Amino acid sequence: MAASTTTGNFKVIGTRPIRHDGVDKVTGRAKYGADYAFPGMLHGKVLRSPHAHANIKSIKIDKALKLPGVKAIVTSKDLPQAENKIEQAGEMAINPMYLSMNILAHDKALYDGHAIAAVAATSPHIAEEALRLIEVEYEVLPPVMTVDVATKPGAPILLKDLRNKEEGDKPTNVAQHYQFKRGDLEAGFKSADYVIEREFNTAMVHQGYIEPHNAVGIYNSDGQATIYCSTQGAFDVRSLSAQVLGMPVGHIKVVPAEIGGGFGGKTTIYLEPLSVLLSKKTGAPVKLVMSRSEVLRASGPTSGSKIKVKMGATKDGKLVAAEIWMAYEAGAFPGSPVGAGAMCIIAPYTIENFRIDAYDVVVNRPKTAAYRAPGATNAAFASETIIDELAEKCGIDPLDFRIKNGVKEGAAQVVGPPFKRIGFIQTCEAIRNSPHYKSKLTGKFRGRGVASGFWFNAGMQSSATVNIHTDGTASVVTGSPDIGGSRASMAMITAEVLGLPVTDVRPITADTDSIGHTDVTGGSRVTFATGMAVYEAAKDAERQLIERAAKVWEKKPDEVEFRDGMLHAKGNSVPPMSIKQLAPRFPRTGGPITGRASVNARGVGPGFATTCVDVEVDPDTGKVQILRCTVAQDAGKAIHPSYVEGQMQGGTAQGIGWALNEEYFYDDKGTLRNSGFLDYRMPTCLDLPMIETIVVEEANPGHPLGVRGVGEVSIVPPVAAVANAIYRAVGVRMTETPMSPPKLLKAMLKHRGSTQHSAAAD
Amino acid sequence: MGRANARPPFVFAMPTVVIPALLRKFTGGLERVEIPGKSIRELVRHLGEQFPGIDQQLLEDGDIRPSIAVSIDGEIATGGVLDSVSENSEVHFIPALGGGGV
Repeated sequence: MAASTTTGNFKVIGTRPIRHDGVDKVTGRAKYGADYAFPGMLHGKVLRSPHAHANIKSIKIDKALKLPGVKAIVTSKDLPQAENKIEQAGEMAINPMYLSMNILAHDKALYDGHAIAAVAATSPHIAEEALRLIEVEYEVLPPVMTVDVATKPGAPILLKDLRNKEEGDKPTNVAQHYQFKRGDLEAGFKSADYVIEREFNTAMVHQGYIEPHNAVGIYNSDGQATIYCSTQGAFDVRSLSAQVLGMPVGHIKVVPAEIGGGFGGKTTIYLEPLSVLLSKKTGAPVKLVMSRSEVLRASGPTSGSKIKVKMGATKDGKLVAAEIWMAYEAGAFPGSPVGAGAMCIIAPYTIENFRIDAYDVVVNRPKTAAYRAPGATNAAFASETIIDELAEKCGIDPLDFRIKNGVKEGAAQVVGPPFKRIGFIQTCEAIRNSPHYKSKLTGKFRGRGVASGFWFNAGMQSSATVNIHTDGTASVVTGSPDIGGSRASMAMITAEVLGLPVTDVRPITADTDSIGHTDVTGGSRVTFATGMAVYEAAKDAERQLIERAAKVWEKKPDEVEFRDGMLHAKGNSVPPMSIKQLAPRFPRTGGPITGRASVNARGVGPGFATTCVDVEVDPDTGKVQILRCTVAQDAGKAIHPSYVEGQMQGGTAQGIGWALNEEYFYDDKGTLRNSGFLDYRMPTCLDLPMIETIVVEEANPGHPLGVRGVGEVSIVPPVAAVANAIYRAVGVRMTETPMSPPKLLKAMLKHRGSTQHSAAAD
Repeated sequence: MGRANARPPFVFAMPTVVIPALLRKFTGGLERVEIPGKSIRELVRHLGEQFPGIDQQLLEDGDIRPSIAVSIDGEIATGGVLDSVSENSEVHFIPALGGGGV
């Protein structure tokens, strides 16, 4: 531990028990979405557009319907009109009208893979055969694949009704402009001794969760529906499906299955309403499961982007001005994470003069969804590369440069309000003091880079109940699907408050009818906000235990204390009593004890991370090998340190994949050419060393246990850290992701050419 | 904050509202304005009286737009127009994390 301000005298919190869902998962008993099967169940498949941009002139389904075994086909004509408004769903906004247009294309296909129709049949093979018999007449339009093309005057317009506030009633592909500014930019740059300006481009990338999207829908003749699916937010699936289908929220029950990865990508809906629609038409349960290719073509990756950064510093290393222009690909419908990216891009630093303009741009690619600290990684690639250059110009160690300019408690955020207690500086110091940073890196074509990152983390709504059983053991029920070991943390918080062994607390993720509303698992919010609800629910149970003991002892509640898992009468007039001893007396003292709490959590503590990476570049091929990597992150109080470390390692691994290999590769017709894991190259364990972690514990004053979110910020620094390491290895500043062998080799050859040329000129 | 000390003693302290960059066209470029009010509802109403049109940018169906988050004294608030503010409060209207914009 590099630093810790968390002081609780904890017995369970901070330990590393085996996760409660571990045995089911390693023995294959855990039930994932595609494992659900019901008598008479049909299988659904989705017909997808082969064109990136096309008007849909007609869809003929007669031939397909005649194929034996085909039971129903749905198109957008089966969907009611959804409302055109903005709703917040975790870290991404959702417009029900556009969501409906994404579920099934209305009059236009807007990306390669856009859903056109869905079939239910007695087998997946018959359903697939039926897709080939559906006749769609397209009028193919020019694809608009990048923000450059989308914003050119006269560019083809994707959405005829899209307008922004600044362009008035003019059709546009620019959905939104954000601006943040402070101070006097001109004066700031005038006072700078060094000014660096560069343009960066990042490729669209996918979360790469291993489990594809899936859904089983069952529509009953009484108008009630149940959906089984893999999701980060059962309540979001319910409310979004209700809007798309025009059903009351209370008529849909969503049962969240175990989830094989999400990283933000499973916070919206794709197949869920289709499964209900097809079930309604056929009267049978209908299951749909995406193929890997469908996941990559038609779920929600994160934005590719173009970012221009100009930043100035005085020669003693003080950042004085930043001018930033950024545009993110939203995909086919508005809603890229560019606003968040803009709020993150210089968040770790105090810069008195800045202006940030950010644009959300629609292009003929799949609609982006949340991906771990959405928008921040692209942004940090740009700003943290420039910071590295400025530190070099000033002759200051890159970590010292960050510490000198870094934000502390009370510093104004980009959006204005001051930070409360934060641990950014501590993450830099932790890396500076790490064995990794203190070690010498020797050898040709090797380099070390550092970078930092910021993420807000989120609060939002959560509910929890804690049930004390008849023998004094307990269960804790929440509505948060567990994507990173959060069930163990919920059980640990309950065990801590009630003084129980953690093995005596069973954590449950409930369906939408069995627990109060709980927002999506996203924004690193579960251990923070659902943890807050669990803490309050356990305290509610504790209060009831005190009342019951008082009743048994014929005392007043304020004469009874609960400590270390035991009930004590003040003055020790009677021997203390454990929960196990009290539990059999619940029936005679008022019945079962159920603690409950619902919160809309305030007091979110933002997260910072700093990453150090050593690389070796193959001078002949441009292939980059990661030699060593260490990440320091402020977690607030780490409830289960192993799972905090796991999040840090997972985010870092994804960031390295983004840096070195991953990209959506479209041809000139807008067809995705690498829609499989063979060609969409994510790092495996063979590509990475063990990622070293340093958990900084700067307590969040806004949480009863000091918790911050930990799931996201570790993905923010790696792309820039790798770029900075490559620069130190071979002298090339990479400004484009992925820094894959062909791109790096090209840059190295160009660099060698220019240095040889200048050497010759000398 | 130091602001109260700089003020003549006969003037009541008022909450400060920080205007988002793109809405400063409504305030003649002013970034920080002092507005009377004990709740976000009152602040927005008085803001609209002083700078016509700005309230419509912040409100939808009588509450703060879902695309906008409200920060009161450095903390993201959750009550929309219902949240109360003190005479020394600093209020920021910022884009909600999910986007949508101010």
